[in-house]
Amino acid sequence: MSSVSRFLTSRWGPILTGAIVGILAPVLVKLGNPGNMGICVACFSRDIAGALGLHRAAVVQYIRPEIIGGLLGALTAALCFGEFRPRTGSAPIVRFVLGMLAVIGALVFLGCPWRAYLRLGGGDWNAIFGILGLVAGIAVGILFLRRGFSLGRNYPAPTAMGWVMPLVMLGLLLALVVAPQFGRDASGIATGPIFTSSSGPGSQHAPLIVSLVVGLAIGFLAQRSRFCTVGAIRDILLLRDAHLLNGVIALLVAAFLTNLALGQFNPGMTGQPIAHTNAWWNFGGMVLAGLAFTLAGGCPGRQLFLAGEGDGDAAMFVCGMVVGAGFAHNLNTASSAAGPSAFGPAAVVVGIIICVMIGLTMRERGKV
Amino acid sequence: MSQVVTIDARGLSCPQPAMLANQAVKKAIGGTIEILVDSGTARDNVSRAGAHAGWMITVEDQLDGSYRVLFTK
Repeated sequence: MSSVSRFLTSRWGPILTGAIVGILAPVLVKLGNPGNMGICVACFSRDIAGALGLHRAAVVQYIRPEIIGGLLGALTAALCFGEFRPRTGSAPIVRFVLGMLAVIGALVFLGCPWRAYLRLGGGDWNAIFGILGLVAGIAVGILFLRRGFSLGRNYPAPTAMGWVMPLVMLGLLLALVVAPQFGRDASGIATGPIFTSSSGPGSQHAPLIVSLVVGLAIGFLAQRSRFCTVGAIRDILLLRDAHLLNGVIALLVAAFLTNLALGQFNPGMTGQPIAHTNAWWNFGGMVLAGLAFTLAGGCPGRQLFLAGEGDGDAAMFVCGMVVGAGFAHNLNTASSAAGPSAFGPAAVVVGIIICVMIGLTMRERGKV
Repeated sequence: MSQVVTIDARGLSCPQPAMLANQAVKKAIGGTIEILVDSGTARDNVSRAGAHAGWMITVEDQLDGSYRVLFTK
């Protein structure tokens, strides 16, 4: 077991994790997930928000088992290797807001960093603008880090706190399987509390057990290897360290080859699945997302896996993403295949202003 | 005996522990730098930063579950 751990924390860990994500995500698409959306933490947060009735966009409502599996997989790895360490106290409310803003930005682009790379690996060239925006947002975040930005320290918390998110995930799994309905309205439409799309992306999914197992495997590997799609770019720009970037490159290469093998590689700009061609707002949305992720210390997947380790602050970020995804649809800021929606650009601008305010005002230096 | 520089990076989010380690390495020409961290991620990141800069790395597990990473040169 310890040799497995040593391998996963070595330079090969992120590479193996990235390669496995790059293989399994297109397989999930083959088995039913929406196009180029084998894994997307932002889209899946949005689907979960819809399933819980936090928004009523009928086409994006499904409790995604990949999210449940991801967190529980990370929990399993953390328990196996003595890294389950409940902790909190590092500006949880700020992290909640950053989670909201990150997902609002990501849903203007239509994907988190994971999906940006997966879209590129599927031949969707619109993703290039999203990734450029992501890099720009991370670069701005680095400016704040260099100026001494910090959300402060976390501190050990009672063990019970670390179990809250795993129990929430088990609750979501139960809700997914049971899908309770309290009644129907006059036109026969289910009134919830759990909503499930009958058409659109929310209705497209791989078999539950497959999605859950893939999520568990990725969560386990990513917890050990510290795989992070934002840290990859941040560390190369800030620390000249390619440790995590190698994982993203492996993801891209594996996704490209797997899509090619499965007949899912469709190069081009137009007609791409769950994507729009507005380069400017593909870029802008991901500037906001990249900045928010950098200020919070990692990509949405990393936040999910940290929450599985017992990090209560990362858990607040994850909750912020789900709530933010609800707002993104209720406030009509999330894009559609037709392009950015009415209030998407305004939301990006406001979001960046809020992130800049957070970046300028939150400071705490380590004790040297 | 050379002076030991101590950095307390416990509880800080990525990438702050590695940034603090980098700053300390840039200031020092040799001796010992002691970095306190409390997660496996920070331990690995800090160790990698020190090794990149050509320092010898020793990691000591602490009783409270935290780590003391020593850079020596």
